[in-house]
Formats: sequence, C-alpha cells, structure tokens
Amino acid sequence: MIEFKVNGETRKVDADPQTPLLWVLRDELGLTGTKYGCGIAQCGACTVHLEGRSLRSCSAPVAAVAGQNVTTIEGLGSKTAKAVQQAWIALDVVQCGYCQSGQVMSAVALLDQNPRPSDEDIDLAMSGNICRCATYQRIRAAIHAASDALSA
Amino acid sequence: MISLPPEARPAEPTSPSPTAAALTRRGFLKSAGAAAGLVIALQLPLMRKAYAGADVGEVPTGDFAPNAFIRIAPDNRVIFVIKHFEMGQGVTTGLATILAEELDADWSQIETEYAPANVKLYANTELGAQGTGGSTSMANSWMQMRRAGATGRAMLVAAAAQRWQVPAAKITVRSGVVHGPGGRHATFGELAEAAAQLPVPVDVTLKNPKDFVLVGKTSVRRLDSAAKSTGTETYTIDVKLPGLLTAVIAQPPAFGATLRHFDATAAKKVAGVTDVVEVAEGVAVVATGMWAALQGRRALKLDWNLDAAGPASSAALYDHYRALAAKGDGAPVQIDPQHKTAMASAASTLEASYEFPYLAHAAMEPMNCVAWLHDGMLETWGAHQFPTFDHANAAKAAGLTPDKVKLHTLMSGGSFGRRANNWSDFTVAAVNVAKAIGRPVPVRVQWTREDDMRAGLYRPLYVHQVKVGLDAKQRPAAWQHAVVGQSIMAPTAMAAALIKNGVDSTSVEGVWPTPYTLPAPEITLHSPSQAVRPLWWRSVGNTHTAYVMETMMDELAERAGADPVAFRLAHLQDQPRFAGVLKLAAEKAGWETPLPKGKARGIAVHYSFETYVAQVAEVSLTADGQPKVERVVVAVDCGTAINPDQIVAQMEGGVGFALAALFYGEIDIENGRPRQGNYNDYRVLRMNEMPRVEVHIMPSGEAPTGVGEPGVPPTAPAVANALARLTGQRIRRLPLSRTSFKTA
Ligand code: FES
Ligand code: FES
Repeated sequence: MIEFKVNGETRKVDADPQTPLLWVLRDELGLTGTKYGCGIAQCGACTVHLEGRSLRSCSAPVAAVAGQNVTTIEGLGSKTAKAVQQAWIALDVVQCGYCQSGQVMSAVALLDQNPRPSDEDIDLAMSGNICRCATYQRIRAAIHAASDALSA
Repeated sequence: MISLPPEARPAEPTSPSPTAAALTRRGFLKSAGAAAGLVIALQLPLMRKAYAGADVGEVPTGDFAPNAFIRIAPDNRVIFVIKHFEMGQGVTTGLATILAEELDADWSQIETEYAPANVKLYANTELGAQGTGGSTSMANSWMQMRRAGATGRAMLVAAAAQRWQVPAAKITVRSGVVHGPGGRHATFGELAEAAAQLPVPVDVTLKNPKDFVLVGKTSVRRLDSAAKSTGTETYTIDVKLPGLLTAVIAQPPAFGATLRHFDATAAKKVAGVTDVVEVAEGVAVVATGMWAALQGRRALKLDWNLDAAGPASSAALYDHYRALAAKGDGAPVQIDPQHKTAMASAASTLEASYEFPYLAHAAMEPMNCVAWLHDGMLETWGAHQFPTFDHANAAKAAGLTPDKVKLHTLMSGGSFGRRANNWSDFTVAAVNVAKAIGRPVPVRVQWTREDDMRAGLYRPLYVHQVKVGLDAKQRPAAWQHAVVGQSIMAPTAMAAALIKNGVDSTSVEGVWPTPYTLPAPEITLHSPSQAVRPLWWRSVGNTHTAYVMETMMDELAERAGADPVAFRLAHLQDQPRFAGVLKLAAEKAGWETPLPKGKARGIAVHYSFETYVAQVAEVSLTADGQPKVERVVVAVDCGTAINPDQIVAQMEGGVGFALAALFYGEIDIENGRPRQGNYNDYRVLRMNEMPRVEVHIMPSGEAPTGVGEPGVPPTAPAVANALARLTGQRIRRLPLSRTSFKTA
C-alpha cells in the first residue's frame, strides 16, 4: 500500500511501486484531467503539482510521492489557479485542448513562484509543455493577463 | 486532411434554394425519461457517393433517430447537433454560431452534441460522405445551418403568433426570447411544444448579413474553453465504462513485417493482465490498466519475419525518386505543346531539386478507441473524424451489419488528418481486440506515443525537380516540373473520383493548378507505391507544393532583380483575391521598411481549400546559427468571417504547425523501421520557438471557406525566403535541421 494525498485527500493505492503516478491517477483514482502524451517527460501533458511544484507524473513512480501532497487539475482552487483559468477562458487559448491541463498546471506553478514573469521566464517555465496545436501565443498572453489580474 | 479539388467533387447543387432542401417535419424526439420539445429535422437529399465501393447508404437507426441539427428542450436549453468533428479547429463553435444567429438563440443557452453516424442527415455535402476534412466544414455547412436556424426561428414565431393571436410580422426574436405586441414575450422553451405541432416550412427567409449579431463578431467565444481549461473535457482516453479494460498492441517493428510466433507465458503472469490475443494488428495485451498492459507487452517474446520489410531507407527513396524525376516520363499533369521549343530557346536555366521527408501527424492524444461488443451489437467511443469510413470498417471487423453498430464520436486531442483514414486503423484495432477476447466487456486500445508515431499513414516523402528556362532578360519563358511521391488517394476508396489519367490531383495541387501564369509548362507526376501507407497531413499536397512554388518564385525574382511582391504580381492575371492578400500582408508587415542588420523578411502566398493566405516572416539567426522566426504577418481571405477570433487562432496554429515541420519534421526510415518514435527525436515546436503572429482578415462578403489548413502552406517558404536573404542559402531539403547556417 502506498499512501499519499491527492487534492487534499489521503489516498491509499495497492499498486506496483514502479507504476508511474500518471497511471495511478488515471486508472486507479479516476482523475482523468491529467493526460498522457509521451510517457518520457517530453510533453508536459501529465503535469501535476507535487508540494506546489510542477511534476511530470508519467515519469514519477508512485512510490516516490508516498507521504506527499499531489495536486491535479481537478484539485486546483487557489487564487492563482482561478486567475489562470479565467485568463485561459477569456482569451480562448485552447484548440484541441488535450495539452491544456498540463499547460494550466505549469502556468499556475510558474506564477506561484514568479508572479511577474517576463517572456523569457515564460519560455523557460513553459517550454517543457508541448502544444501540437501551437496555442503558444495565447498561452503567453494568458499568463501575462493572469499575472496582471493577480497583482491588480 | 482531405483535399478535394472543386473539379473532383461530386456534382452537388452548390447553393440549393431553401425550397430545394425539402424540409419536412419529423416530429418529436422522445428519449427515455426526457421528452424533448421541438425537433427540427432537415431531411437532405442523399448525397451522391464521392467514392466507389464504400457503403455509405446504410444508416443505423436507434436512440438518436430521428436526427436533427436543433433540439429545443422545454427547460429552454437549445441543443445543437454538430455534424462535424472537433479537433480543436473550433468547428463546434462555428456551426453553433451560424445556427444561433438564424435562430436568434442566446449564446448562453446553447449546448452541443456530436451527430451519430448517419450519412443521410449529416453528410458533408462537399465530400458526399459524413466526415470532416479538406477544410470544408464551414463552406458546406454555411447555407445548410442558416436554413436550419431560420426554420427553427420561423416555427417559434408561428407558435407565438398562434398563441397570442397576432400576425407573425408583429413578432420579433432577440437573444432567445420571442417578443410580441403589448409586451408579451416567451422563451424558446415555453414555445417548444407548441412549435413542434406546426408544419415545417419549406421556405424560410434568411437574415440580411448586415443584421448579424453573432456571425463575424469577436464577442462570440469558444464553447469548449471552460471544459478544456479545467480538465473536464472527455476525450477517448478518458472514457469510463463498467469493467473497461485497456489494451496495448505489440505492432510489427517494421513496415511489411509479419508475426511468425509469439510466447505470452511471461506476459500473462504480469499482475493485472487479463488476456493476450493475436489480432491483425499484432499481439494485444489486455489488462485492467495501462501500466499492467505495458508491462505485459514488455514481457512478450515476439518473433517477426522481416523478409518483406521495407522500404530500405529514406535515403534510397530519395535516390530512386530523383532518378524517376530525371527520366521525365511521368504521367502528364499539364503539357504545353510549346514547351520543348520554349525551353530550347531559353537563354539560361534555373534548376532545383527539392526533397521532403515523411511526416507524422503526432497529434497530442495518441490514437485510441473503445469498443464494446455486447447483446449482438457493437458500440465504439472514439474520435471518429470520418464516421462513414469508421462505421463501415467497424461493422466489417465485427462481422455485424451496420445497423448493429453505434459510434459515439468524442472530442479529439488533435488530428491534423490522422484520425480520418480509409482503414479506420485504430478503430478497427479496438474492434478486433474486443472480438478476440470473446467476452462482452468494453476495451480501450491505447497507442503509446511510439505506437502512434511508428504506425505509418504519413505525409509521404516527395521529390520535386524544377527547371525554368529564362529569356535574355532573366524572365521565365518555360517551366518544367517533375513531381515524385506516393499518391495519397490511390489506396483509398476515393481513388476513382480523384485520380484522373494517372494523376492524383492532391499530389500536384498548388503546382497545377496554380494562380500564377506559368510560361509554357510541362508538369509530370510519378506516383510510386511503398509499404508505408500515405495519408493527408494538414494541407495535404500543399505541404510541399507551396514550398517549391513560393521559394522558386522568390529565386526567380532574385534572378530578375525584381522585388518579390512585384514579381509575383506580374505573374498573375485576374487573381484579385490572391493579389489582395499578398499586398495586404506586405503592407501590414512593412515590406518597404528596411530591417536592422541581422534580420530579413521573406514572403509567400498560397491558395488552398478555396482560401487565400499570404505571410511575411521576419527571421534572424541565433548565436549558434539556428534560424529564429521572430514575427509572422498573415493576411487571409476566407470569404465571410464567421468567427474572426477562431480564424486568427487557426492562422496562429497553422504557422506553428508548419514551423515544426520546417525546423525538425522528419520520419526517417531504415530497413522499414521509422527511426523516430517520440517527441525527443521527432521534435515539434515549443513555446520558446513560437514567433509573434499577427493576423489580418480581408473583409469579404463572399461565401465562407476553410481555415484549418490554409494557414500552413505559406509559412515554410516565407521563412526559407527570409533565410535566403539573410544567409544566401537556398534550402531545398527539409527539415532545416539538416542545414547549418551562417549570416551572408
Ligand atoms: S506524458 Fe508526461 S511529459 Fe508527456
Ligand atoms: S490545444 Fe491541442 S495540443 Fe494544445
């Protein structure tokens, strides 16, 4: 049994300790907002927060998060998260949307660390999140908009 | 996606009058537990088959029949049934915009659902089948959805007129509320049941475009933004069903490889693995979850016969294709009888050979499908981009008649053409696995990224050889052009409609026909076949033809000492919209203003899918000699702009998609094996590589045309032309990662 917190709730899972957190979240816990895109920490579709920091859940064995706090897109609720999601909606960032859970998670983690990111900061923090629909220009604009809203 | 040139499309009435649409009353939709109010069903004439051999006539009836585009519930919800497939291009919002406009519904009361497989009701009238591709969605739906909306509105008005005993002319409709004299008003929901009793009018009045409140307005936002920004959208990978199993398939490691033997002993011992079955696609490991399935697959012992694996290599294909092009004996696309004389009397020539690799679509959600065989029927949940193909193929694989097969079409995590294919490969795989396990349990076949990238159905590898004869003043006087590459249409059911005299029009679209006046052309095509299956890839033939034509025009302008814009304009006759976007892009980009040292501009313009797009790219080199695209200015003429902000989004996305292919895109084949498998070796564009994109939409009252694909073709040549100006290097082999650059 591996025990950790997901979105504030304690969960116990009976899984092979090597199982990537991604598949535990999706297949065991039914939290399907976190997506699979590559499985090798290349695309960011599987991004969750571990103690507030971005983590590629496809490449983290579930044993590695034992006893820690995991937040998925379903559990977002902070002021930062709301500002980010509102900006995403206001600017119609999404196209197919499949990468966007991961984009939102990375953007929230970025703004939590750095409330006033420059374009270069955004490049650095977000270049691990692929968007095959290339919504990057709007992601950038939405991060700036969320940052403005938070510091207003 | 699918490109059907106008001349190859089935002969459909292009703008049938409202009366010709044969609108008839189909009555209520009653579903278990919920009585829906008004159902407006549009019974369209059965579209002629666009292709031979496919079973398009059979339509399942069942829960969803009778079908409709609009349903209004007594609780005032307006449900639009969307006949097109959403892959992010915004078609759901687009069709809803048109319906809501003519219905005068309030944007906040709208819900949407995807149409069931029913070609009679939901055909793409430009393709003659139910499916989405070729950037045809808005073009084929524009009048159909307007009439559907207007019909609904007319019936609501008639119901109110009857209730209030006033003439219909005294009634107005605004934002989902019907207003009558004396302050009387009613919601759509309140009128739904009464409206449903009325006959469906055969003739309805459409709005004057100047009265549009939604069409053409940036205030209309996407309907799916909230769900996709909060992780609540349901994709195929997210489908939950009782007892759902997950399967991964060990696919052949090379094209043409076949399975000799396999040993599943170890795989079956992996905890969670329930079945290991051989299917046409390979060996499927079925488990209670993805990780167990993957562990099981890893434990398989597989013995493949590689004797027939091929092609030998991409390098060998280039050699072979160059040799074919040099022979000059391809199928004639366009031969001017004056060509030989004109070429012989040329003062000089400009010759260039171009090479384009195989490309994978690499949509963000790897291909997948859920299949459930139960109670003598098959249900699938998947990204069914082409229900007409998928329905027939799934039924065949299941050994069921089509009426026993029900497709549930879901939102897709991208497609770029991949999810529409003649074989319904990933849908059929799911059906085969469901069948092989032999129990009535739902199973999801989920491809890994590597499975997805190595499964073929690529944009085929192409070679172009161009020789332009120039007169003494360096003006083009003869144009010889040989194209070599697999025919995308040949292996499909659309071959008969789209291949004429050995020429697949999608292999040469953009070279011929072209808006340019080509001097004394001789254009030929070779279409060798290979073990790697080809497929349309966002903008199809234009992915390579635009690059060749637009870099060649640029090179010719340079030879002639002419400005690239002026040179192009001089080679156009009666092409006001093509010239229009070219001039608009140049103007908005500040074409005449010089750039600081170390930066250069390039321009390209292309016509595809009935839409005109010009782009100006501003390019520099990084310290380590990598090209950096800083800014792209886009001018687009797609007729009436239905959702301007979504047109902008498609141009932005098109530019990014094209840059990925230009910089990095390449599936390199060796001994029949694709060398690339994931985003680490098949790189796509990332945040730090995305240029600033500025989009200008040409004001137009013409009928709307597509925008999903046409943003792609001009990007690569515009960047290449800028790079040529910056470095003096003309790039004729893609991707750019094969070239190192130095500032000239
Ligand atoms: S799925 Fe984890 S980074 Fe791609
Ligand atoms: S919105 Fe489609 S991959 Fe990002």
